[in-house]
Amino acid sequence: MSPAELALKKQDFVSDQEVRWCPGCGDYAILAAVQKLVPTLGIPKENFAFISGIGCSSRFPYYMNTYGFHTIHGRAPSVATGLKVSRPELSVWVVTGDGDALSIGGNHFIHAMRRNVDINVLLFNNRIYGLTKGQYSPTSEVGKKTKSTPYGSLDYPINSLTLALASEATFIARSYDVNTPHLIEVLKKAHEHKGVSFVEIYQNCNIFNDGAFKHLTDRTIRDDKILSLEHGKPMIFGKESNQGIVIRNNTPEVVTLGENGITEKDIEVHDEFGENPAITYMLTEMDHPKFPVPVGVFRKVEKPTYEHLFEKQVETVTQQKGKGNLEKLIHGSDTWEVK
Amino acid sequence: MSNAGLQSDAKKIQSSNPIPLEQLEHVTIRFAGDSGDGMQLTGNQFTNTSAFIGNDVSTFPDFPAEIRAPAGSLPGVSGFQIHFSSKDIRTAGDTPNVLVAMNPAALKVHLKDLEKGGMVIINSSAFTKPNLKKAGYETNPLEDKSLDSYRVFDIPLTKLNEDALSETSLSKKEIDRCKNFFALGIMYWLYDRPLEITLDWIEKKFKNKPEIIDANQKALKSGYYFGETSEIFTTHYHVDQAQLPQGTYRQVTGNRAIALGLVAGAQLAGKPLFYGSYPITPASDILHELSNYKNFDVRTFQAEDEIAAIGVALGASFGGHLGVTGTSGPGVALKAEFMGLAVMTELPLVIVNVMRAGPSTGMPTKTEQTDLFQALYGRNGECPMVVLAPSTPSDCFTISIEAMRIATKYMVPVIILSDNTLANGAEPWKIPHVDEFPKFEVNHLVEANNFLPYQRNEKTLARPWVAPGTKGLEHRIGGIEKQDLTGNVSYDPQNHEKMIRLRAEKVQRVAQEIAPLEISGPEKGDTLLVGWGSTYGAIASAADQLREEGLSVSNIHIRHLSPLPSDLGDIMKRFKNVIIAECNTGQLRQVIRGTYLVDAKGINKIQGQPLKISEIKSKVKEMI
Repeated sequence: MSPAELALKKQDFVSDQEVRWCPGCGDYAILAAVQKLVPTLGIPKENFAFISGIGCSSRFPYYMNTYGFHTIHGRAPSVATGLKVSRPELSVWVVTGDGDALSIGGNHFIHAMRRNVDINVLLFNNRIYGLTKGQYSPTSEVGKKTKSTPYGSLDYPINSLTLALASEATFIARSYDVNTPHLIEVLKKAHEHKGVSFVEIYQNCNIFNDGAFKHLTDRTIRDDKILSLEHGKPMIFGKESNQGIVIRNNTPEVVTLGENGITEKDIEVHDEFGENPAITYMLTEMDHPKFPVPVGVFRKVEKPTYEHLFEKQVETVTQQKGKGNLEKLIHGSDTWEVK
Repeated sequence: MSNAGLQSDAKKIQSSNPIPLEQLEHVTIRFAGDSGDGMQLTGNQFTNTSAFIGNDVSTFPDFPAEIRAPAGSLPGVSGFQIHFSSKDIRTAGDTPNVLVAMNPAALKVHLKDLEKGGMVIINSSAFTKPNLKKAGYETNPLEDKSLDSYRVFDIPLTKLNEDALSETSLSKKEIDRCKNFFALGIMYWLYDRPLEITLDWIEKKFKNKPEIIDANQKALKSGYYFGETSEIFTTHYHVDQAQLPQGTYRQVTGNRAIALGLVAGAQLAGKPLFYGSYPITPASDILHELSNYKNFDVRTFQAEDEIAAIGVALGASFGGHLGVTGTSGPGVALKAEFMGLAVMTELPLVIVNVMRAGPSTGMPTKTEQTDLFQALYGRNGECPMVVLAPSTPSDCFTISIEAMRIATKYMVPVIILSDNTLANGAEPWKIPHVDEFPKFEVNHLVEANNFLPYQRNEKTLARPWVAPGTKGLEHRIGGIEKQDLTGNVSYDPQNHEKMIRLRAEKVQRVAQEIAPLEISGPEKGDTLLVGWGSTYGAIASAADQLREEGLSVSNIHIRHLSPLPSDLGDIMKRFKNVIIAECNTGQLRQVIRGTYLVDAKGINKIQGQPLKISEIKSKVKEMI
């Protein structure tokens, strides 16, 4: 159905529940972006399901006036998979956080990625445990001082995009909470992609990890710190649009246009459909402060979805064997009569 | 093929045979060999043939967890026990009358179970020095007179089989693989069974491999003729058809019956079945079986772990399918949190636990009833669930349908507690007609004026099942405490207690579905023997025999462990002694004592082996 026929508005997706995130939390902006996007997708409201795990972000479904399931810590991908595989016509979204998806739910995360079920996984990454009041998370930087690591955390952080890529996710993207137009555009593409779509959303926790992404939000510096990936366009960034990424000896480098004879044609052109994951990998590893932070769609490749193959197998077997006859099944092939 | 025809074929062979045929009422044989020797297959073939010619049969496979432990070693021994009879039997037999030992290790492991004076058929070709050493024999039991109290038939099976197949083009190794059929052939002659069932089976099994078909069939026949002509045996035996109720029968194991029951239940409900599972012994066969039934609107999903397996099943239930997950105890431990979520969100879900010996990894291929407490209490918070336990392999079928009916009618998760004895044990099953089972209507709410996700049915307390995609009934569910009626998040103290009590009451109301308990023996008297699950056969047989001996012993078997049947308390009051027999340290006993203040005593065995009739009988006599 067309969006016009459905005539849905943002307000239709606002539930009657009072939103209870801390004032100033980045989650508000993400919720607003999603509520703004979904009426435009041409999908009846009743066909949306938002599934979450545990954590601040996982309260999300309560605020969406759609079908929703607030499940248990780390396990949302499994519930979403069961729902999508049994009801492929639904638009299924997983809302998770860095602890939920990458720590307690790490196993489900990688399997959701590799199976390519057509669900959209939104990971709100604030690099901290908010709901349990401020312990370091698997995406916290080394040396992070928190309640559970007063002398600094020792473990190296995990990179969700790299993990998704290694798990062969077919759609990988990143956006951030305060840039609503960008976020909406990325989420729209995630929705349009047939197969698993993974979107990391940098989200500020103003209580326990305020300013974690300041480099992306501070107006005075952000243009020099963000690389907006666009398919088919050279990777140019900077306030003056005069910096770019080149890849030399399999290593990305930041260069300045006009210096050392660098021109636009030397700059690496982004190919989100690229079959070779090596360049995508380099992009996922690029991070502040050495590099600008890439945002946008990193990778989008086509592969049959799990639920499609699943249904096809059911159909093929049913065609070959005929619709199952329960009486015959129970009877089996080796029987005897007692008279 | 009709069994009458086979019987007459058997008679023909018989009439040309001068060796006398002795009638027996029932026989228990144990086949034992290396895990690679095909003992499970041999036992299954013997069972199929025995069932086909009309005996009542009951089996108990006993195999190691190792797929192939070192050949000839004690841990590698695999056993299969079959009890076949001309009378109604309920167990795989306490004590084998006959042991077929394919190597010294098999003899070493199983001889202690054989009845004194019992028959041992030994593959003497395998009694080599290295094999004896591997089995820990210092001297050869075939020579040191240690077997003098048994009737020993040492037959060089490997050698005879090689000779019989010397003309084939098969390699020595391939020929050796046929020796179990040679042994089976001997047993078919010894117990007067026809060859046709197995000959047919071989033909189907090795379709497109004519030389393998030939060799196996030849091995089987050669074994048979060897029995007949070698003059080693001075008698052979016949066990008549049992007088089973009229009807069409098949053999069924508990795992297969659960799979069939789940398919039947889903069809009766008119809903697709979604089975999420992670491979685990002894439950994997349910997954294997169901994965064949895609044309029955059955979807199977092998998940990344036990937790995801129940997660996908619950997701499917949320979506309006019948979600089921199957596992064993260690898997249930991992699923506990999701079971709590199913209780909280009041969605239908069936969790099958095929119990094995624990704790921890325990003894994965051995049987036990030690997960009752886990089923009743193994979750955080006040989290009661419906728990059912089938009593025989074929009851696994009935109870699976019942589990689905209860889950959908009351909107609750339901646990089925099967165990390894039921799962792998087989019995003849009088095949039910599909139309004998009442359809149960599963209705999704599709429209409502003032929709309240937690508004309840007065009789069942079930909340409405609304599948996503239903216009106008969008709602959210989750694991946080629900406000009564609306299902909204609530931390209100009074509401919390109300919801705890409502969820418990809902489970209790399932008792209205339970038929009155059947009491075998006097309605009141001295002793009531109580059991649940796979101990049914042994308990019922023991009680029968004790009554025949003139004792006042009645017995009941509980299939509903939560909620308990409403007449249980009254029944127990009518007896002086209540004795609960179970394969654990007394879990049901503790529940009964706690619930009814009844001074119940226990018969308990925790050895990874089923209770025997004789064990129950002697304990009961000691206790009363």
